Amino acid sequence: MSWFKRDKPAGDKLPKLENGERRVRTEGLWQKCEGCRQIIWKKELEANFNVCPKCGIHTRIDAVTRLKLLLDGGEYEQFDADLSSSDPLGFVDSKPYHERLKGMQQATNLSDAMISAAGRLEGRPIQICSMEVRFIGGSMGSVVGEKIARSIERAMQHRMPLVIVSASGGARMQEGAISLMQMAKISSALMRLDEARLPFISVLTDPTTGGVTASYAMLGDLNIAEPGALIGFAGPRVIEQTIRQKLPEGFQRSEFLLKHGMLDAVVPRLELKSYIATALKFFVA
Amino acid sequence: MTPEPNAEPAPAAEPHPAWRRVQLARHPKRPHSLDYIERLFTDFQELHGDRSFGDDPAIVAGMARFEGRPVMVIAEQKGRDTKQKVYRNFGMPKPEGYRKALRVMQIAAKFNRAVLTFLDTPGAYPGIDAEERGQAEAIARNLREMARLPVPVLVTCIGEGGSGGALALGVGNIVLMLENAVYSVISPESCAAIIYRDSGKAEQAAAALRLTAQDLHGLGLIDAIVPEPEGGAQEDPAGAAEMLRQHLRCRLEELSGRTPRQLVDHRYAKFRRMGNFFA
Repeated sequence: MSWFKRDKPAGDKLPKLENGERRVRTEGLWQKCEGCRQIIWKKELEANFNVCPKCGIHTRIDAVTRLKLLLDGGEYEQFDADLSSSDPLGFVDSKPYHERLKGMQQATNLSDAMISAAGRLEGRPIQICSMEVRFIGGSMGSVVGEKIARSIERAMQHRMPLVIVSASGGARMQEGAISLMQMAKISSALMRLDEARLPFISVLTDPTTGGVTASYAMLGDLNIAEPGALIGFAGPRVIEQTIRQKLPEGFQRSEFLLKHGMLDAVVPRLELKSYIATALKFFVA
Repeated sequence: MTPEPNAEPAPAAEPHPAWRRVQLARHPKRPHSLDYIERLFTDFQELHGDRSFGDDPAIVAGMARFEGRPVMVIAEQKGRDTKQKVYRNFGMPKPEGYRKALRVMQIAAKFNRAVLTFLDTPGAYPGIDAEERGQAEAIARNLREMARLPVPVLVTCIGEGGSGGALALGVGNIVLMLENAVYSVISPESCAAIIYRDSGKAEQAAAALRLTAQDLHGLGLIDAIVPEPEGGAQEDPAGAAEMLRQHLRCRLEELSGRTPRQLVDHRYAKFRRMGNFFA
């Protein structure tokens, strides 16, 4: 009888079942918390938006769940849902980029690593971008760049605040310098949003690194992060190779950035919505 | 001889043309920013410090005159010998370098002087201290604030355009690349380490990344390619500087008639359109 998901196949110690009937189908109903190692009912964890009810550790949620967490009634209008990269470089690594894209699109039901949408946050209409880290590491290429640029334009057109939730390994290698230039494109658009005096709240979640941190994720009127998120410019492995030393505990985590003055606040996931609502209320009467 | 982008496929022993350009861009004798600055400008007066932490020798900034016209110069600087290399941190700027750059750009804006930047870095420094002081924030802020500058901004990638570390000085009305310069989202070595799990396959990665001046021009990411002397800039630094001078003069002339609003809008439109490769 397996109540819990096994790490290893069961050894010889367990009696072999003669037929499948006696097997209780509970695999995957329970989950061991990455933080406190306690066993948690998966449904309870999901209802808590992947925040462990016992120890409070935050594990990742996907882009759609993020929108459910932040938007009233979990309702939103999605934009540019079909925008997809045309593989301008014809890039091939372990497999061709266009095949990788197709595989990711099927696995995630998204056309690229971001959902851009409009919805209400405690009644206030906002433009929101939510990144999907499962889609090629949440990497930013021309599609992510364009979706954010359009979101900024819509925010300006309707005079709405903008919220971007980042979860990304950085610029997308498979689109080369085109990805790099998205950093300039988005940051330039944020300059316009800034000149229009519209609020931009950047929410950094695990992980936010590379070209995403070094562009829009650090350019919010407020930069706020979830607890324990990895946030940085260079990845920890790259830094370890450069300095040839082990990195200190907690390096590049949200709390580290808060201490070094890079964040306005570390906000637990379940308080994010009310935190943003309060901030927006302060910014726009 | 510099291979043409459309040349016949090279024999197996020859390096891939893209890799050859990477090697030229990193050539030990290739002119660095200060080599161009001394040939292109007069009355160069270096300005130091970011006013909050320190002075980063990997970025050189200062007031100068270009053919009599006062301009602000900001450049990434690599070292030639070991001592200089260490002093310049191998051309890898830290946050204080980017903040110094922004500070002098804003002086230029205040006094209506054109900004000329020169890119030549393997990348922004990936170290503990740089992270602590907000490397990402420093780069991000430069990207946004460069977009706002009400003066002409002229960018030239003279050697290695190392990802965000280069782009942090790269939001210009005009972006030029020298013929053998490269500009990439990731170094060929790091790219190879990720996709082939072998940084020795950098040559293949260099080809896949499309990082040459010719590639970027073809993708519409830069405005023009500045030719280099036969064999590369290291063969004739004075000649290379002269070729660059012609381009800078002509581009500065082109931008000088524009109003501050036109300059900002021109820069914005250029980057807004950039890299629209989706369907």
